[in-house]
Amino acid sequence: MTDISQEPVHSSNQTAPEKSRSYWSDVWRQFRSHKGAMMGAVVFFGILLLVIVGPLIYHVDPTYIDIRSRNQGPSLAHPFGTDQLGRDILARMMAGGQVSMAVGITAMLISLILGTAIGVLAGYFKRLDGWLMRLTDLFLALPLLPLLLVIILLFRDPLNRAFGPEGGIFILMVTAIGITSWMQAARIVRGDVLALKEREFVLAARSIGTTPLLMILRHVLPNVLSPIMVSATLGVANAIITESALSFLGLGFPPDFPTWGRLLFDGVDYLQQYPERVIFPGVAISLTVLSVNYMGDGLRDALDPRIRGR
Amino acid sequence: MKLKSALLGAACAMVLAPAAFAERGSDGEVRIIYWQAPSILNPYLSGGTKDIESASLVIEPLGRYDPTGALVPYLAAEIPTVENGGVSADLTSITWKLKEGLLWSDGTPVTSADVKFTADYCMHPEGGCAQGAKFDGVSSVDVIDDLTVKVTFDAPKPNPYGPFMGGQSPIIQAAQFAECLGARAPECTEANFNPIGTGPFSVTEFRPNDVITMEANPNYRDPAKPAFATLTFKGGGDAAAAGRSVLETGEFDYAWNLQLAPDVLAGMAAAGRGTAVSAFGSLVERIEMNLTDPSPSLPEGERSTVAHPHPFLSDINVRKALSMAIDRELLVEIGYGQAGRPTCNLVPAPALYASDNTECLTQDIEGAKAMLEAAGYVDSNGDGVREKDGVELRVLYQTSTNAVRQDFQALIKQWWEEIGVATELRNIDASVYFGGDPGSPDTFQKFYADVEMYANNFDGTDPQSYLAAYRCGNEPKPSSQWQGENINRFCDPEYDALLDELAQTGELSKRGEIARKLNDMLTKDSYTILPLVDRGRVSAHSNSLGGVQLNTWDSELWNAADWYRID
Amino acid sequence: MLTFTLRRLVFAVPTLLFIALVIFLLLELAPGDPMAQVPLTVPPEVKEKMRLALGLGEPMHVRFVLWLKQFFIVEPIHLVDAIFGSSLGEGMQRVISWQTRSPVMDIVVQRMPQTLWVVGMSYVLGVLIALPIGIYSAYRQYSWFDQIGTFVSMVGFSVPTFFTGVLLIVIFSVNLGWFPSIYDTTHKVTDLESLLFQIKQMIMPVSVLALYNAAQISRFMRASMLDNLNQDYVRTARAKGLKEKTVVLVHVLRNSMIPVVTVIALGVPTVFGGAIITEQVFKVNGLGQLLITAIQANDLPMVQTLTFIFAVLIVVFNLIADVLYGLLDPRIRYD
Repeated sequence: MTDISQEPVHSSNQTAPEKSRSYWSDVWRQFRSHKGAMMGAVVFFGILLLVIVGPLIYHVDPTYIDIRSRNQGPSLAHPFGTDQLGRDILARMMAGGQVSMAVGITAMLISLILGTAIGVLAGYFKRLDGWLMRLTDLFLALPLLPLLLVIILLFRDPLNRAFGPEGGIFILMVTAIGITSWMQAARIVRGDVLALKEREFVLAARSIGTTPLLMILRHVLPNVLSPIMVSATLGVANAIITESALSFLGLGFPPDFPTWGRLLFDGVDYLQQYPERVIFPGVAISLTVLSVNYMGDGLRDALDPRIRGR
Repeated sequence: MKLKSALLGAACAMVLAPAAFAERGSDGEVRIIYWQAPSILNPYLSGGTKDIESASLVIEPLGRYDPTGALVPYLAAEIPTVENGGVSADLTSITWKLKEGLLWSDGTPVTSADVKFTADYCMHPEGGCAQGAKFDGVSSVDVIDDLTVKVTFDAPKPNPYGPFMGGQSPIIQAAQFAECLGARAPECTEANFNPIGTGPFSVTEFRPNDVITMEANPNYRDPAKPAFATLTFKGGGDAAAAGRSVLETGEFDYAWNLQLAPDVLAGMAAAGRGTAVSAFGSLVERIEMNLTDPSPSLPEGERSTVAHPHPFLSDINVRKALSMAIDRELLVEIGYGQAGRPTCNLVPAPALYASDNTECLTQDIEGAKAMLEAAGYVDSNGDGVREKDGVELRVLYQTSTNAVRQDFQALIKQWWEEIGVATELRNIDASVYFGGDPGSPDTFQKFYADVEMYANNFDGTDPQSYLAAYRCGNEPKPSSQWQGENINRFCDPEYDALLDELAQTGELSKRGEIARKLNDMLTKDSYTILPLVDRGRVSAHSNSLGGVQLNTWDSELWNAADWYRID
Repeated sequence: MLTFTLRRLVFAVPTLLFIALVIFLLLELAPGDPMAQVPLTVPPEVKEKMRLALGLGEPMHVRFVLWLKQFFIVEPIHLVDAIFGSSLGEGMQRVISWQTRSPVMDIVVQRMPQTLWVVGMSYVLGVLIALPIGIYSAYRQYSWFDQIGTFVSMVGFSVPTFFTGVLLIVIFSVNLGWFPSIYDTTHKVTDLESLLFQIKQMIMPVSVLALYNAAQISRFMRASMLDNLNQDYVRTARAKGLKEKTVVLVHVLRNSMIPVVTVIALGVPTVFGGAIITEQVFKVNGLGQLLITAIQANDLPMVQTLTFIFAVLIVVFNLIADVLYGLLDPRIRYD
């Protein structure tokens, strides 16, 4: 790693519009040339389109119970079959997908931003390191379930009043998941930053008087991108599953509100009789996570000046 | 066909025959699985079913209830009654006589001093005894002679079978627990984990919240029993896994309380290794109406208190319409199958106390709509929700987290929305919901919701204290730290007067009549409580385990001494 | 490095005391009641008496100080007694669980074997699988091996263990009958046959957990290796004529280990925390099951003690990770 190879990143952050556009078009070109990333993006946005536009075309109420047609296999009327109460599984998958994807992505972003910020600050500024890492230890040590119960107890009603029941619960869920899952990212980023800031190019940049903020943005962050991307991928899966666990415990969305995690959980008991009930949500979660993973891979490569240069 | 059934009969006879000649310990090992793991083997320190039932293999009461609810002597020579002179004519005392020659598993004799000690242990003011209610109203327990003990009550007790009767109140050994009275109870880990008992088995190793291993009690009173030499009692996991281990893989012989969706259970039973058995007791799944206003706009401390009647649930027409909209038969079919039957009664059994009302069993959506319409609840703004005087019929419907309950919520929500009552659902983790933490807004006692659903039952076969819960003033309220059993905040002076009459009445048929009247006042006369399902217990045993008689009035393992292996 | 370690160890004491306090307050604040599992047939007055008998009548600070005393003074004395057969701790009240009314530490010790066997083994196995897969996937990026590895690890991570566990049970216990679906914690390994049984009952829970752990670690290993494989020093090393094996497995690997060490160090304490869901599914009844049942029963002394032990492990292993950073990259200095 040398200063020269950092140059594109460096110049990119100048606010000159043309240069900026060229930087991002550069990144986009690189991203496009990454086959996996493009596949990932297609799948991801495909799923997104399906869960958002799908319900507009497929007009079936996901909570409507048609008790006479319960436990049916896939048919024309119900392409994915029906559940134990006769609710249409396709409609539930789409409705659940909206919630799961929204929760998964938002919670992942919160935990990632929090974790990266704390990790970079702790790694870069020695004075903050001790305190921030002890805070991380504290959060790692707190028992999750009682912590969530307390969060819900304290904030459910104020948030419900401020944002309405659904908005309130959504905010509560993503923050709760976010603030209980940033610690791993923080520790990993910090570890990398500790090593990074002793590298020659950082020392060189510092010697020419780069301010800490610029240093972090231009030299540190781009170089810790790959563990962050991995954390992002794992974070999505983690958030989707945690959401189902929370709802199951009654800490999340109302019980008749489908989400992928919940559909999967409810389906496990029926694994032998109706395996499709676990397969659909399981495949949906896995596909989403896989696509995020490949997009992350592509994004990392695209943002990596060494690879992009080639 | 005839020949086949004759052969089958013969085969059965041959299978059953060895049991009659079995000797103690000849059948090897029996393996039991409970998906809740026992924490302690002392029912006086824990009220949990898992603890009471596992302990029932080791320690026994003077008498138990059998599957029909009848009383059977265990350590007692016979059940004392007024007729045989065991219960005094004025109903203030009961005299128990022990069987002769009873031995503890350590070989020492069982005496009436042990019985008296058991009462002292539980009635100690600092002990925090979980079965304290069993000893309610006991003024003294006196030893008459080595085998006779007399319990005196401070007032006439129409049902004197509280102390020493049933799995909750077994006899413990005075010598072992002598140092464990009151505040010292938790120091006696060894005694709590390995009580010396009179039951068919004695503990070899107890691992709290995990597994218990037991062996046949060498001093059990019937020399031919138990047929099994050892017993493994595993705990943990979930109902589906427990069912699978008995019905599908055959790793275990007996699985407790398989609350699973009927088709899941049927799927497991189809593997042919075991049988699901069910029996009914007094457990009723019900919807409770909040007669007070739970609105969050009220100041804390006034929500859900009698100071503010509910804006619309205090109207009987609304309550009745909500009941009429429910199809109880369908609920049973979806949620419980053979383990449930629809009911309109709070007290579904024993037969003496069970009222005959069945009118709620037919769903009548149109009737419910008409009833609301007639009472002035109309949907004037076309949003699908009825209102009257500007108050919309919107209910919050809460219950504990449990797959079947969530299915019920979804179904009932749909029916209620059909008659124009908007329903919001909420489920709460059982450890919060059923806990009495006054700081939590989500406990069932606080009832910060319009309707809620759970199940409850009564100990033994007498519903008096169960019905007494709905007495005026017994409601949870801030001044009582939100403790109290009158969950609906029901208040009717006529009901209270009838309760007093019940407490004074000894004659059984008269008691039955009063109890039925009380039951009707809460259910079909006022729709304060909407009983949904009379919930039975489903357990499963492997096809090679014989002698199982499922009992819901006492510990399920009440007759484990009679279990045997079918080869 | 030594002074750093010592300083951190000294600093750890107030940190841990603070963590203990926060945990205690959290548990106090959390809604819940130790009487939640007592049947509704037990009347409220009786429940109130039971709460008082558990010591819940005392004010909060008294209970916290009592726990501190029991944990830091009485428990070590009992440990000494247990080792040397002395009886210094006679009559001193230990940390008592509310569910079982027995010393918490006894149960913890009882749960260690199955936790270490299953969760520990799966972690070791997970790391052993993950490292080579991660290294090779990075070295042959976008090869078939890498693609399959990515696919398997992503599916392994995104499908939760409550599903994979039940799936394995249905296939291997119910349909094939190869392995027991319920773990026997009382089983003792004495000879070859019993060892074989132990392996049989461990296979399913260990593989479920190992897959999950390996998925995560291999991703970090791969990403970190990729970062380093393109560095200038690698080109230099190759130019110097070093063997490819040396370049990859010594130079690159060493520089890629920092994030992996972090992840592994974060994972070790969770081994002791047990695997709640997997333990439930296979009825392993280790420390994870102990913690979750204690939380459900609101057994505060048990939850407090378990979480605190967990906190100690977290602090210690994060310290170990920090020391390892210094060893892996001598440029990292904390002074």
